[in-house]
Amino acid sequence: MKSSLYLNLQRKIISLTLLVSFAPLIILGVTMYCLFSRTARDKIEEQIRYRARSQSEAVDLFLKERTAILGAMAENRNILDITDEKNLSHVLNVMNSWAGAFVDLGVIDNAGRHLAYVGPYDLKGMNYYQEPWFAEVMSKGIYVSDVYMGFRQSPHFIIAVRRQEDESSWILRATIDPDVFSGIVRSAQIGKTGDAYIINKAGVFQTGPRFDGQILSKSELNPSLFGGRTTVSEHKNGRGKKLLYAGSWLKNDKWLLIISQDPAEQLSGLLAARNVEISIIISGILAIILTTVFTTRLTVNRLKQTDLRMDELNAQLIQSDKLAALGKMAAGVAHEINNPLAVIMQKTGWMEDLLSEEDFQRSENLKEYKKSLTSIDEHVERARKVVHGMLGYARKMEPHLEDVDINTTLNQTISLLENYAKINNIEIQTDLRPDLPIIAGDEAQLQQVFLNIISNAIDAIGKDGLIQVKNNCVGSTVSVSVTDDGPGIPEDKQKKVFDPFFTTKQTGKGTGLGLWITYGIIERMGGSISLKSEPGKGSTFSVNIPIVLPEKK
Amino acid sequence: MDHFIVLVVDDEKDFTDTLVNRLDKRNIDAAGVLSGEDALEAMKVRLFDVVILDVKMPGGMDGIETLREIKKIQPLAEVILLTGHGSVETSIEGMKLGAFDYLLKPVKLEDLLVKMAQAFEKKDAHDQKIRSARIKELIRFPGRVFDQEKEEET
Repeated sequence: MKSSLYLNLQRKIISLTLLVSFAPLIILGVTMYCLFSRTARDKIEEQIRYRARSQSEAVDLFLKERTAILGAMAENRNILDITDEKNLSHVLNVMNSWAGAFVDLGVIDNAGRHLAYVGPYDLKGMNYYQEPWFAEVMSKGIYVSDVYMGFRQSPHFIIAVRRQEDESSWILRATIDPDVFSGIVRSAQIGKTGDAYIINKAGVFQTGPRFDGQILSKSELNPSLFGGRTTVSEHKNGRGKKLLYAGSWLKNDKWLLIISQDPAEQLSGLLAARNVEISIIISGILAIILTTVFTTRLTVNRLKQTDLRMDELNAQLIQSDKLAALGKMAAGVAHEINNPLAVIMQKTGWMEDLLSEEDFQRSENLKEYKKSLTSIDEHVERARKVVHGMLGYARKMEPHLEDVDINTTLNQTISLLENYAKINNIEIQTDLRPDLPIIAGDEAQLQQVFLNIISNAIDAIGKDGLIQVKNNCVGSTVSVSVTDDGPGIPEDKQKKVFDPFFTTKQTGKGTGLGLWITYGIIERMGGSISLKSEPGKGSTFSVNIPIVLPEKK
Repeated sequence: MDHFIVLVVDDEKDFTDTLVNRLDKRNIDAAGVLSGEDALEAMKVRLFDVVILDVKMPGGMDGIETLREIKKIQPLAEVILLTGHGSVETSIEGMKLGAFDYLLKPVKLEDLLVKMAQAFEKKDAHDQKIRSARIKELIRFPGRVFDQEKEEET
């Protein structure tokens, strides 16, 4: 149950730390990426907008040049002059040598009849009166057509100018080479996915796009989305891919030059940067996880150990509190019992005195009376011993300080018990350090301590065994340990050995006060006593006594 | 053993009466009282050699207080303290105040008799000394009258 508590704590610390450290890391990463990509995108948009505008200006210029040359040629000739095929051919040559991209040239009168024609097609004699462009050019003077199939069944567009000559007027019409025109537009295509083409107001391709359609087919783009001069927007193309489109209206307001671009292609640098950033963040996260888990484990383990030590300490405190309370109680009980004992003792004494008088000598039960009184005396004596033992603990006498040589005290104590041990075939081995300091202590009390512990060891062994008595000096304490190879003390009883009236001996043989008194004496000296025991192997009692050096006299 | 006079002071009537009876039976002149106050009254009217005094007497004066007063009335009387109480400190305080010794309750009569004999011996020796000193004084300064106070200071 306790370990799950620690696990819980560990989990809480880890998740909180990770949360707190991940959140800013991820926010920072995302923000930086967004800012970067926004900047990159803005740059790409700016580029594509610029390209569309400059390309549309180039196309405008192309058309303006062609129109201007055509107009100039018409102004310089009269109808008779130009309907001569030789002259017309010369004009076409001049135009091509100055500007180029003219495929053919024709002269049409105000009734729509094709008067003269030079070019690869046989169009002479055609009547254009019904054609929509004819009316347009007659009213406006200059006309640039959309791309259309016309009579020659191949996509093309024409430029036509009207020449007002005296009362009548005629039209000089030229066809522009669609390949040259497309080539100019296409020169704006860049990269693997970039496209450039022109669509008209109805969305019909005026030049062939690289992808997504052919000339004169309908584009999926809606030209009305492109307002103003040059606009940039993002749309999905026919294959569902998001592309960036820049549209720039030509000056004739009929044609829209479109440049499209896959932003991903341009953003490849940014993508690389993003990958680097992601890998940095991931390795950062890994490092944080590892460090957090490691340090948290370390901390929680430390905490666990500290708690364990605290628990042990608490247990010791509880033990000593308990014993102190018992001590007080024992003193009270002892006092209350002593007085009646004193009375009983005096009464039996008085009865014995009286029984020795003559009149009683004749009583036939005299022996029984005397026996009973002796028995009462014995039991009073027994009670007295118990009470005096209790008082011995409760006595708060200032220890009588004298110079004590622990080794001498131990040897004296052992010699007192040696006979008793020998009778039971128990050997007492000593391993005493000769260089122990002389301490200031109460020799009588120390002797009682050692006597209690060693005689307990003898009683524990019973017969045949070994008792080892060792001492040592560690830091500012002298330690004495007494180890026996007796049956040991079961674990559940180990905690009780210092309790008053706890005994494993037969009733009447031990008061259960010996170790209790020992504990009290050692505690008053500021020392400690502890027990280590393994059932079946034996027990070790260790006494630690703080070294108090005798005052120099 | 010389004849000597004993006062037993203990609030336990059974104890006091029985002890007095037993001492009587051994031809020791004994009297019993049940409180410190009674003891002081008794000592004002009669000289005692040995006083057996219980340290702890609930109610009135306790043993130590009584001892202090006894030493004022009869400084030469030897006092044996009986303590049924764990506090040896109290007994030691009593020793400092001039008690002869202390015994732990319950005490066997035999032990008490030995202790009383010792106490009486001491008192007797003291008395002898004072007597011989007085005799010497009388020889040197015949006709001198001794007053009680000076006697105490010797």
